[in-house]
Amino acid sequence: MHKYFIRNKISLLLITGFAAFTAMSYLYDLKSGKQIFTTRFIPFGREMLFFLPAMFILIGLLDTWVSKEKVQTLIGEGSGIRGNLLIILLAMFQAGPPYAAFPTTYLLWKKGASVRNIFLYLGAFSTIKLPLLVFEMTFLGWKFSLIRTLVTLPVIFVLSFIMEKSVRNRNFTVRKV
Amino acid sequence: MIVLIVTFLSVVVSYLVDKKKTIAGIQAGLRLFLQVLPSVFVLIWVTSTLIYLLPAGVIAHYLGREAGLTGYLLAALLGAISLIPSFIAYPLAGVLLKYGVSIQVIAMFLSTLFMVGVPSIQLEARFYGWRTAIVRNVVYLAGAIIAGTFIALII
Repeated sequence: MHKYFIRNKISLLLITGFAAFTAMSYLYDLKSGKQIFTTRFIPFGREMLFFLPAMFILIGLLDTWVSKEKVQTLIGEGSGIRGNLLIILLAMFQAGPPYAAFPTTYLLWKKGASVRNIFLYLGAFSTIKLPLLVFEMTFLGWKFSLIRTLVTLPVIFVLSFIMEKSVRNRNFTVRKV
Repeated sequence: MIVLIVTFLSVVVSYLVDKKKTIAGIQAGLRLFLQVLPSVFVLIWVTSTLIYLLPAGVIAHYLGREAGLTGYLLAALLGAISLIPSFIAYPLAGVLLKYGVSIQVIAMFLSTLFMVGVPSIQLEARFYGWRTAIVRNVVYLAGAIIAGTFIALII
């Protein structure tokens, strides 16, 4: 518990600050502070409280069930283009806010996924996951989604190559938080 | 919604096959969740404040048709520094369209919005270290601007 506070001290400090600001807004009837809380923070926070625990439980389950050897052959170093496509598919079938991808990459890394596939996962998850595409089509049309997907795919491929090069010889690792 | 169903089914199936493993898995997952919870909390609060300070009308004014190249650059910058969940980003994009912002500028905004996350960089750094987190955001920003430009040209 003590360790937890130390590791998260900056975040906890900021949370206290925000909470104090919100409390003051209610005490002194400050419109902006109240609105930030009720019309922005609550709806955003609701998404987090719904998605994240479920996602983390799924990560925990995958961790206990999927063996390292299996992951290594499928998406590890030397898994080639097939591994790349597989990781993109995996990313597309996920949901959640962009930052939800980081904990998943920790698991993938621990199980032996290659550096390139870690960054490919980040790229694909943030740009072309299916729930996002469905949402996009309803608001901006399927043509927009199609063009964006076709342009983005090669770009995230190139980016993952660049990242792979950038971390080479630098002992890249995904830490457990 | 789908995530909740998938998780629920996975837990049920996993529990039926191996009770011990399932409980260990859920515990490990929730422990990880608790570790990132404070960072995520801060992230949401910062985003909430940012969105409040920059309502759609104001954004549209700076990204409007007359804005030209500056509009694109602003859109890229705005996308990079904000972290909006897609269920807010797309309705926002719809509103911006109505205010007269071009679909090209919106493409640029969405591109950097998805690929770069300045507000989440502190969370990212805890997983990959500061150097990699910063390099990734810079590299992906360049990629997002290139992708955004191509999307804008094709549409």
